[in-house]
Amino acid sequence: MKKRYALTDLDCANCAAKMENAIKKIDGVKDATVSFMTQKMTIEADDARFDDIMREVVAVCKKVEPDCIIHL
Amino acid sequence: MHDLSRKQKQMLVRIFTAAALLLAVELLRSTGLLPAGGLTATLCYLVPYAVIGWDVLWRAVRNISHGQVFDENFLMALATVGAFGTAEYSEAVFVMLFYQVGEWFQDYAVGKSRRSIAALMDIRPDVANLERDGQVVEVDPEDVAVGDIIVVKPGERIPLDGQVVEGSAALDTAALTGESAPRDVAPGDTVISGCVDQTGLLRIKVTRPCSESTVSKILDLVENASEKKSSSEQFITKFARYYTPCVVIAAALLFAVPSLSLAVMDPLPAFLAGTSWSDWLHRALIFLVISCPCALVISVPLSFFGGIGGASKCGILVKGGNYLEALAHTETVVFDKTGTLTQGLFTVTSVEAQPPFSSQQVLSYAALAEHWSDHPISLSLKAACQTPLDTSLLTDVEEIAGHGVRAVIGGKEVCVGNRRLMERQHVDCPPCGHPGTLVHVSVEGRYAGYIVIADLPKPDARAAIADLKASGVARTVMLTGDSQDVAAAVAKELGLDDFHAQLLPADKVALTEKLLASTSPNGKLAFVGDGINDAPVLSRADIGIAMGAMGSDAAIEAADIVLMDDKPSKIATAMRISRKTLRIVHQNIWFALGVKGAVLLLGAFGIASMWAAVFADVGVAFLAILNASRCLRVKEFQA
Repeated sequence: MKKRYALTDLDCANCAAKMENAIKKIDGVKDATVSFMTQKMTIEADDARFDDIMREVVAVCKKVEPDCIIHL
Repeated sequence: MHDLSRKQKQMLVRIFTAAALLLAVELLRSTGLLPAGGLTATLCYLVPYAVIGWDVLWRAVRNISHGQVFDENFLMALATVGAFGTAEYSEAVFVMLFYQVGEWFQDYAVGKSRRSIAALMDIRPDVANLERDGQVVEVDPEDVAVGDIIVVKPGERIPLDGQVVEGSAALDTAALTGESAPRDVAPGDTVISGCVDQTGLLRIKVTRPCSESTVSKILDLVENASEKKSSSEQFITKFARYYTPCVVIAAALLFAVPSLSLAVMDPLPAFLAGTSWSDWLHRALIFLVISCPCALVISVPLSFFGGIGGASKCGILVKGGNYLEALAHTETVVFDKTGTLTQGLFTVTSVEAQPPFSSQQVLSYAALAEHWSDHPISLSLKAACQTPLDTSLLTDVEEIAGHGVRAVIGGKEVCVGNRRLMERQHVDCPPCGHPGTLVHVSVEGRYAGYIVIADLPKPDARAAIADLKASGVARTVMLTGDSQDVAAAVAKELGLDDFHAQLLPADKVALTEKLLASTSPNGKLAFVGDGINDAPVLSRADIGIAMGAMGSDAAIEAADIVLMDDKPSKIATAMRISRKTLRIVHQNIWFALGVKGAVLLLGAFGIASMWAAVFADVGVAFLAILNASRCLRVKEFQA
């Protein structure tokens, strides 16, 4: 399943790259992109565990860039 | 300044307050009211430092607790706290102040380019005027079903794809095609979402739901474009991952090695003579300030995003940074003929009559005989014959498959068709060397003449090929299923290097593969087709370009680059945008690396100050962003 989320207060491009790397390392995530330009995050992950994975994604993002809010 | 965000305004206030406080402290010190050193001085400098840098320090601490070392905040905090430690008070505050000013400008510039890109994509209206039970209500376009009737008033944007039921208007399609000439529509015509109705009231029957409308597809495509990264972007991401740790380690070594040497070595080596450990600490701090790769990490994706945005302004949709990059290295361009280089419409180009018949007579006989046929050739005959036809004269029409038509017109037997038909009717048909499709006409068994019908090249095709050659394309090839004669004539007229005729779709793939094999390792092959039956070739080529995509889903799916209008000249435009984008990306990479490298080197020898370091960090990032925002400007490419 592939889903896209809007982000607010994603302030630095380097953080976007770091978030992207961290999300890709989560188990079950097939692909992820965090676009600084469009302030959007696209996540492709296992259908069955999608909600669990998203919780992990939020946690990981909080670690990298605490100011950034993901609109689920 | 009214377009500043709340955060930006707050920051601006902090910057000015800190600057004023710092100035006051500096004045007090220069007048001697404040001692140059000691606790009082430190405390006085700490006030502006706290005003300007508290958030940096806070984020540094917070991020370390999250396991994020080596981030920008931590490095700036370390560098400025270190400067305080070595009693460089004013420098510490100044560096933090300039860092924040630089960040502010960066944020502003990025926000501005992002907004102008967003404005480009603001082509989807938020409301649709839906007709329901005889009344017009405003609804979300998402809620409109296929078959519903919507009303579009002059000045409004069409929210959904559909067919005009009532009314006529001139449509501005500039947002979709980059074309400034308006398009006229009347009942029965299909209209696509995103166009602006300029003149009249239209009632439109919706043919596609919102999620599948042209405008949604375009937006999706452009937004997803940032997912396909170019090799420059991949390089920068990789580079950024190693750059910061490397510089930080270098900074640590730059401090540790000389300091230890100072402590243990007795006859000091030449480069250490006259230095103290605090000098080396200062130099190491300079390294830390430069260790963020922000200039590159922001400006490179911004350039590609701008380039893609700018291209879409010209009616060229690029599906990813990688394709925009590949386009700059196009070496071979392979064209499909019909519908790509030619109009895909048959037109009568000349009429040769055999006396005593006049060309007007030949044409009207032919048009009349073909009157009931919908074949493209018949349509072209009817279009060419301007005099009104008296269809009551037409009797006994007989279609002879693969040959033509035999009809009785005003009591005379008229045959209209190919050479085989003439032979079948035993009409003596003189040879002629015209390429193209010929329609022979005989009246009462007597040869009357022939009509030449051709698929004319698009008006800009010849210029498009010349333009491609001028921009460095080495080879232009045409592939077509048409006959050898026709292909040769078109290739010659347009100035193509090579052509292959009488091809089946499978042959096109095989030939494209052969051409791919013969392009140089860095050269790319682009295939340009109308996207209807070229899908296999489009996906096989390095860059698949589909044209005339207004409303054609197949083209948008299969191609890497989509030209929204039918003009082959847009390929050269796309190449120019691509080259400009790459040029800006390379400028930024070399500029940023060059300045950073130079300041690192000077810093190691104690020549560069922390000022230079701050410039190499935020100053370079700001300039690189400004340069990157040039990618969006495409006025020079628009017709």
